Amino acid sequence: MVSKELTIKNELGMHMRPASLLAKMAAGYASNVTIKFNGKDFNCKSVMLLMTALLKCGSEFELVCDGPDEENALAEIAAFIESGMGD
Amino acid sequence: MYNGIAASRGIGIGSIIRIIEQDLSFEAKIVTDIEAEKKRFQKAIDDFVEETTVMAEEIGKNIGPKEAEILLGHVAMIADPSMSGEMFSMIETGQCAEAALTAVCDMFYGIFSSMDDEMMRQRASDISDVKESILKILLGVKDVDISKVAPGTVLVCKDLTPSMTSRIVKGNVVGIITEIGGVTSHSAILARALEIPAVLSVPGIVDAVSDKDSAIVDGTAGEVYINPEGDVLSQFIIKREEFIKKKEELKKFIGRETLTADGDKLEVFCNIGTPKDAQKAMECDGEGVGLFRSEFLFMDNTHLPTEDEQFEAYKEALETMQGRTVIIRTLDIGGDKDIPYMDFEKEDNPFLGFRAVRYCLANPDMYTTQLRAIVRASAFGKAKIMVPLVTTVDEIRSVKQLVAGIKDDLRAEGIAFDEEIEVGCMMETAASAAIADLLAKEADFFSIGTNDLTGYTMAVDRGNAKVAYLYSAFQPAVLRSIRTIIECGKKEGILVGMCGEAAADPLMIPLLISFGLDEYSVNPVLVLTSRCIISKWTKAEADALAAKVMAMDNVKDIMAALKAAAKE
Repeated sequence: MVSKELTIKNELGMHMRPASLLAKMAAGYASNVTIKFNGKDFNCKSVMLLMTALLKCGSEFELVCDGPDEENALAEIAAFIESGMGD
Repeated sequence: MYNGIAASRGIGIGSIIRIIEQDLSFEAKIVTDIEAEKKRFQKAIDDFVEETTVMAEEIGKNIGPKEAEILLGHVAMIADPSMSGEMFSMIETGQCAEAALTAVCDMFYGIFSSMDDEMMRQRASDISDVKESILKILLGVKDVDISKVAPGTVLVCKDLTPSMTSRIVKGNVVGIITEIGGVTSHSAILARALEIPAVLSVPGIVDAVSDKDSAIVDGTAGEVYINPEGDVLSQFIIKREEFIKKKEELKKFIGRETLTADGDKLEVFCNIGTPKDAQKAMECDGEGVGLFRSEFLFMDNTHLPTEDEQFEAYKEALETMQGRTVIIRTLDIGGDKDIPYMDFEKEDNPFLGFRAVRYCLANPDMYTTQLRAIVRASAFGKAKIMVPLVTTVDEIRSVKQLVAGIKDDLRAEGIAFDEEIEVGCMMETAASAAIADLLAKEADFFSIGTNDLTGYTMAVDRGNAKVAYLYSAFQPAVLRSIRTIIECGKKEGILVGMCGEAAADPLMIPLLISFGLDEYSVNPVLVLTSRCIISKWTKAEADALAAKVMAMDNVKDIMAALKAAAKE
């Protein structure tokens, strides 16, 4: 299991578009990809659950990847979030 | 007459077709052949995805990629493991497809609609749209085919869903009336993109009308008339023609330079309040931003915005404007605003008190943070710094000194910025007009803020009904101040702009052309209108009118003369 502390950079936070891009990216990995935020776990492979996390600009959270390709998953997904998720 | 929210401008006159909510009730039953039920559900999802993808393509082609994304979002939702996956698990337990779909959608609807976030609450209506669309497929219920309605149709419905909107044929639907939805709802956005007049949030309208009725939809005023006759009808037919004529005329000015009738090049800029508004300025064809109010960073916040927070906001606006000028006004607040984390004391007279540049210079740490954020952002476009409420030359000199110090620091730290970044004065006090000649030697540009200039020059609180009659930018005292400011700026060879409401006033524009104003900063929606009005005046005509008006000694005569000469 690997993890990284991250902050949401884009102004509108985790809305529909970034959430679906992120879910698509996470679904490409065999590992479980989870966001830990406000004491709750959110499955990154689900757009709906990602949106219910209500991550806003400036929200700090932990990204956790667990599985055979966890290193690659963490690297790619963390970079995507840090780049502002295409917004 | 019915009142609602004016959601998409223009006038539509036509005959009503109601879209009545379909009966989507079903009897939940226990399924014995689970595999068959799963297949039936998968088929419904496949049909939905196929239909929706085709619609999204149509919308992408006919309206725009952003609008198509709304529908593609619906596909992503149903494809989501926590949506369809959960529904399939429920079918596994023996529940029918309709019940599984409803249960999972309603759960997410509940979560999203109770969220404390407008954008997420909008997702709730997407979820019910998805639910209804798939239920209709499962139950074999067919909607009125909006794509087949006759030309001249006014659609009346409870809510206009994206899937309904995507079937609209632009020439056939002339107006839209709904019972729910606001200015920022999907239906409003799509109606505006299609340029179909729309009035939303008219309670009970679906039951109040029938398919035999006719209607006028005034999407500019937010008014609906059912079965109009005689004068009302003929009046709105004329209004509609005028609106269409005006719109066509303005379209000719998209992407064109701002030129007077004899070819002098001027500029029409936009006033914005957030980085997102810069998008609007670009969409409305603004040639720059003449006033970017920085207050939003401070007002909607729980703490003083950090340098990085401010930097990101300024940078976003500059990048959106793609190299066009963005004039950022530094913090312009005082004791009239209640910002908990800033220690403004209650004052008897906050508008004459400790505010704007006075407050900023007395709090140099806070001010340096803002100035440094702007100077850093200047590496990403053409930023200019505008100082509000200037009354002495020392104030502008002090700000320039702070900026010079910041530049030294950034150079030493190896951080990029625009060496040529300008520092200008917002000209909005009687004092600034009186010493405009002195300020012009120190400032890199002027921008006239007519709203406050009028208030401070006439010594009038526009909110006080007893003296509000004095509040007019056309008062001889205000016009003289404006002329002086522009002339003093020209004499020193600096650019002079205007960022108050007067810059978009068709009566004021000829005077400003005559005085020699370079840049007109207006509300984004008024860019084309201002550019159109400027194009109608030659300098000689404007000069003749200005000479006549500036010799008059009262606002009544001035207004009458300007109205008589106006070119609409």
